[in-house]
Amino acid sequence: MPPVTLCVKEVLTSVPLEAESISPDLFADRSREEIEALPVAFGNEARRLGDFFRVDGERSEEIEVEGSIERVKWVGSGMTRGRIVIHGDVGMHAGSYMRGGEILVEGNASDFLGVEMEGGLIRVKGNAGHRAGAAYRGSKYGMRGGIILVEGNVGHEVGAYMRRGLIVIKGNAEDFLGARMVAGTICLFGRAGLRTGGGMQKGTIVCMHPVELLPTFAYDCTYAPVFLRILVKGLKRLGVQATPEQASGLYRRHHGDLADVGKGEILIAA
Amino acid sequence: MEINGVPIDETYAEAFTMHASRVLITAISKRWALEAAQSMAGFGTSVIGCGCEVGIEGVEPQETPDDRPGVNVLLFAPSKKAVQEQLINRIGQSVMTSPTSACYNDLEAEDRLPVGGKLRFFGDGYQISKRLDPPIIGNGSRPRRFWRIPVMDGEFIVEDRFGVQKGVAGGNFLLLGRELPGALQAAERAIEAMRKVKGVIMPFPGGIVRSGSKVGSRYKFLTASTNTAFCPSLRRQVQSELPEGVGAVLEIVIDGLTPEAVGEAMRVGIRAACGPGVVKISAGNYGGKLGKHHFHLHQLL
Repeated sequence: MPPVTLCVKEVLTSVPLEAESISPDLFADRSREEIEALPVAFGNEARRLGDFFRVDGERSEEIEVEGSIERVKWVGSGMTRGRIVIHGDVGMHAGSYMRGGEILVEGNASDFLGVEMEGGLIRVKGNAGHRAGAAYRGSKYGMRGGIILVEGNVGHEVGAYMRRGLIVIKGNAEDFLGARMVAGTICLFGRAGLRTGGGMQKGTIVCMHPVELLPTFAYDCTYAPVFLRILVKGLKRLGVQATPEQASGLYRRHHGDLADVGKGEILIAA
Repeated sequence: MEINGVPIDETYAEAFTMHASRVLITAISKRWALEAAQSMAGFGTSVIGCGCEVGIEGVEPQETPDDRPGVNVLLFAPSKKAVQEQLINRIGQSVMTSPTSACYNDLEAEDRLPVGGKLRFFGDGYQISKRLDPPIIGNGSRPRRFWRIPVMDGEFIVEDRFGVQKGVAGGNFLLLGRELPGALQAAERAIEAMRKVKGVIMPFPGGIVRSGSKVGSRYKFLTASTNTAFCPSLRRQVQSELPEGVGAVLEIVIDGLTPEAVGEAMRVGIRAACGPGVVKISAGNYGGKLGKHHFHLHQLL
């Protein structure tokens, strides 16, 4: 089936639109009229999706959004299958609670991208905001599976409380990358901010550039982890090209955070 | 029927179903991958005495998960439980111990056995699990879990689960030679050709067995004994199957992931073997009572 295309009818005001109904699970079995009738929240008003988007196509697991929708929240939240392509920016909470399928953002993604997701793939060609792949405030765990790939930079607390899955950042990360991480893998090709891995219990943070570590991380050894060869080879399938040194070179291994369980590891390219 | 002037007996090889697994061993170099694989395949010639049949697959893997040189090992055992036990023991003692090695599942199957998930305890609490999802691991819709076990040279990677499926064990043919050197040369030609077939192993030393067995024995405690009908020295003492002029017999046993692979290996092996010094080609069976798979030589060729 050809994709369902959504075009913004008019530039949204500063009032955000909450549109978790933009999901392949909901579009797959619905006609164009039924898609237009799907509920959205415009501030505190209950409205129809068709009030804000022109809908072309029907009954498809593929959705294409023309233009930027940086004020539209919850796109693809909880989706389990299919694909959403956003030809522009996307608002907060995109792909949160996602369990399968793929979201491609050709612009930038706002905060809370893929928060507490359990599966699937989110790829952002631009930058992503704060707390991507992290936990919502009060939740015990963040991302529990799946992959987030950001080709640009990311904000603070990305991967915080992460429980499983993979976050790949080709650009730089701000502070508290992988803070209080419980498991999973973060691979940072750019530079990290402060307190990387602060409070982490387990899990792996791979940094391709030197990082200023907290004093509660202890140096172990310099070696070439075979696992990184598997990871780097897998990243090639996503179009992330690492250098041969990054795949098979030496890494300085530090474990921590010793203020907590201390079984996490930060691998820094030597 | 004759091939290159060598008559082919109108008989069949009788093979039976076993459970099979395929392991991919990688290491820093081909040499060290082979060292680990050879150790793992050691003492794995016959299920009768070894508990399983293991061998290195002749066709090399096209690619490996960590992009290092790799070797495939096939393991056959009577049950899934036996496959699991053998994998745990052999990977634990022969692969994990081998410098720089890593060990992956290389068989896509519905049934999967926890192997790395058991070996991980060697890590004494410091083992690390890494689960990679299909978009980056290319494994259909299934994620793959790897265990990183800290060892003295760095880390040993072993996959959590290994696929197991029904395979075929005991495909065979017999080379009846005029004398031993010629029969051995013919068997070597056969093995060289058969190693180009994917999905099979010839588990005996160098792929060749000289002590073929029959079921049962005159001794109550023994379930298998020498194949008297094919021993040249017993020609006048037992009901011999050997025609005049046969001075040595060698057998090639084939285990494969599918009946088709076993049949193809037998076909290319027999064709390569037929030449000077070979009096006749035959095959071993038990009257069709034991094995589900019958490989009729004339049909194969």
